[in-house]
Amino acid sequence: MTTETIEEGKIIDEDAPVVADNIEALESEAIHIFREVAGEFDRPVILFSGGKDSTVLLHLAIKAFWPAPVPFPLLHVDTGHNFPEVLEFRDRMVDRHGLRLVVAKVQDYIDDGRLSERPDGTRNPLQTVPLLDAINENRFDAVFGGGRRDEERARAKERIFSLRNAFGQWEPRRQRPELWNLYNGRHSAGEHVRVFPLSNWTEADVWRYIEREDIELPSIYFAHTREVFARDGMWLTAGPWGGPREGETVHRKQVRYRTVGDGSCTGAVESGADDVASVIAEVSASRLTERGATRADDRISESAMEDRKREGYF
Amino acid sequence: MTELLRLATAGSVDDGKSTLIGRLLYDTKTILTDQLAAVERTSKERGEQGPDLALLTDGLRAEREQGITIDVAYRYFATPNRKFIIADTPGHVQHTRNMVTGASTAQVAVILVDARAGVLEQSRRHAFLASLLGIRHLVVCVNKMDLVDFSQARFAEIRDTFRGFAAKLDVQDIAFVPISALHGDNVVSPSPSMPWFEGTPLLGHLEQVHVASDRNLIDVRFPVQRVIRWQATGFRGYAGTVAGGVLKPGDEVVVQPSGASSRITEILAPGGTPVSEAFPPAAVTVRLADELDISRGDMLCRPGNRASVGQDIDAMVCWLTEDAELRAGASYEIRHTTATTRARIDRVDYRLDVNSLHREQDVDSLRLNEIGRIRLRTASPLLFDGYRRNRDTGSFILVDESTNNTVGAGLIGGAAETGPEVVWQRTAVERAERGARGATVWLTGLSASGKSAIAVELERRLVAQGRMAYLLDGDNVRHGLNADLGFAAADRDENVRRVGEVAALFADAGVIAIASLISPYAQAREQARQAHLRAGLRFVEVFVDTPLEVCEARDPKGMYRRARAGEISGFTGIDDPYEPPEFPDLVLRPADGDPSAMAEAIAALIGG
Repeated sequence: MTTETIEEGKIIDEDAPVVADNIEALESEAIHIFREVAGEFDRPVILFSGGKDSTVLLHLAIKAFWPAPVPFPLLHVDTGHNFPEVLEFRDRMVDRHGLRLVVAKVQDYIDDGRLSERPDGTRNPLQTVPLLDAINENRFDAVFGGGRRDEERARAKERIFSLRNAFGQWEPRRQRPELWNLYNGRHSAGEHVRVFPLSNWTEADVWRYIEREDIELPSIYFAHTREVFARDGMWLTAGPWGGPREGETVHRKQVRYRTVGDGSCTGAVESGADDVASVIAEVSASRLTERGATRADDRISESAMEDRKREGYF
Repeated sequence: MTELLRLATAGSVDDGKSTLIGRLLYDTKTILTDQLAAVERTSKERGEQGPDLALLTDGLRAEREQGITIDVAYRYFATPNRKFIIADTPGHVQHTRNMVTGASTAQVAVILVDARAGVLEQSRRHAFLASLLGIRHLVVCVNKMDLVDFSQARFAEIRDTFRGFAAKLDVQDIAFVPISALHGDNVVSPSPSMPWFEGTPLLGHLEQVHVASDRNLIDVRFPVQRVIRWQATGFRGYAGTVAGGVLKPGDEVVVQPSGASSRITEILAPGGTPVSEAFPPAAVTVRLADELDISRGDMLCRPGNRASVGQDIDAMVCWLTEDAELRAGASYEIRHTTATTRARIDRVDYRLDVNSLHREQDVDSLRLNEIGRIRLRTASPLLFDGYRRNRDTGSFILVDESTNNTVGAGLIGGAAETGPEVVWQRTAVERAERGARGATVWLTGLSASGKSAIAVELERRLVAQGRMAYLLDGDNVRHGLNADLGFAAADRDENVRRVGEVAALFADAGVIAIASLISPYAQAREQARQAHLRAGLRFVEVFVDTPLEVCEARDPKGMYRRARAGEISGFTGIDDPYEPPEFPDLVLRPADGDPSAMAEAIAALIGG
């Protein structure tokens, strides 16, 4: 029998359900955010790279609107430096769930001279312009991203609804206060809002959710044998973006990727983790952050991420 | 299973808050080698001895360069039983805004006090804000115990002072922990330097604090976020996040505001898995036995336990912007649960000094970081509870419609009470003794909109029921009371003012006064309403919203034709503006039926 007493405004129910489970609470929060955006915006889009965070994002979107289809398309900013396994995965997801995919290609911009290749060959920083053009051309007003606050300290200050000006820029000192679960998506013409439903998730939460929900990921997240060479303390792989330079030797190693990005600057880690459970064990034992370990672009300076966010990157 | 606990930390850099958070992250192994290496590098560059753990939490370049914290930052760490989200709020000038933001979602507040400085004004402010925002558990960390020789007496002194003023606040659970964040004493492990402390170290306390009963599991509240339909299977369900109570299949529910009732047939978790119950903060989809007209912003409740419905609301508001002040008379967008409407600030009752808790009367504005009690009026009714009863249905934000910024955070006290607030020459008869309760129904709308026909019908109906009602018709009063007035703007204002005052006298006498006049200007109507509110009388504004084309086609007195021909000037709707009410109590449109049906709708509103 349920006993209910009200004592000094505090409500005590001795048969009360326990405190929300972490993963369930995070899932509910993300679902709530998806539904808010569907109710408040005209043209939302999900930024989808095929990486684990955006795959979790897509999984949540499908659950949020079930049994109706996801009411928005996907947008992929294609650096041209893709892992083939990831492109194949992307197309399969789009087919399986009957989604519409918009692709913005960095290569097109390089081909017609709007962007030029950087001396270091990495194309992650080149994504910003095609991303903003795609947002403007398609008049997207809400853009879902898989960013998490635990990834990097500039992101720790990011809002769940993050207003971007007409140039896609983030203005950290002009952010709106965000209270309770009340989100303010009002914006002027030309502005848009970046929405981060995974803000409060950690890397460990994302992996536990992948395990719980049995979410399929691109195969490169799990241990496989690959020819790699060492640069800047990371294992890089050869591809259309280039291969080892003089003095860099190629090794065959058992590796996996912790993040999926531009192939030229995303490093693999040596790992034997070939399923989700062993990845979780490995991640919890790791003493390096996923970005610090495997992303050259985030190691350029103390403020690398903040600078790119200000320019309009995620 | 890992539980989720949300914390807010309060204290300034001087209290060692960043060091404490850095210590928690470091000792729970949340800080990874590359992050620590970056901190060590920067500390060395600045010539500091040892890593400055505060650097871990200063996210933006400007903060690192200026050694300040700009904004609320969120940190995460986990122990085997719990995952913690810390809303880390800076302690400088903008503190109130940031702490209110961080505390809005927190279950526990960690307040830092420097053992050398003792309980300062800001400590009181932190405790008050935590209690205002409905945080039921406080942990007071008396930090820098190493600098007071780990003195038990000093700790006891601070604890007793803090308890003294916290007794005045609505906080049930306060724990005190003497710590040294710099050296790690009593943060994760018990301190060998303070064997006299018999309590639990901070982390152990945070792992055990009992928050399960903080949620309201009694009042069923389910704000509908989205209606999910899927033609292929004929599926229809109402998606939302449970804001209160426990929902179960088979439960009878009532849909507010329509009042329609139905029964829950099924509750689905995201993705469609049926569940046997749903409680806060679960996001679910609820299916009902009946096909009802339900949309975003509606709320499912239990028939015997409904949310309050109202347009006049008393609330505490914290002002969040420096761009403009909150002012009586100003209008904002208001966001509350899944509903969005407009609100006008009717008045500022007082401003609260967050340090002394003194109420400053005679104010009509609030500036950045100020908190005050206000009354507001919404354009459509809100479905709400008091904030102390339910955080989700008792909170709202105000949005500036020109800048789109979130400018105010509101905590609902309750529905506004109308009570006499000015000194009035008292008569020997109390209002309650007059036998009948008076009110004013104010019909506004264009000429030939149908006001008079509705008013006549309403008066007839009320009198037939044995109630005292009296029609003050705009045309009729111009024969006597207002015979000296013309149709210029100033005369029209005076016409409305006099009718408003007379209506208030009728209402005070226990009569239902029915005022039917074009009353085209919003400000003049507002004055009439204020005259009633001042006297504690009910004022029901009914907007007879008949389109101009329809009125012009009717034209019973040929006035529109003459105005179009230029024979008369200053005619409302033709060459003089009609300002429609922004916050009417009722809107009647031609589709709502004949005058009799409309009169019935008004009678229902005033309880007849």
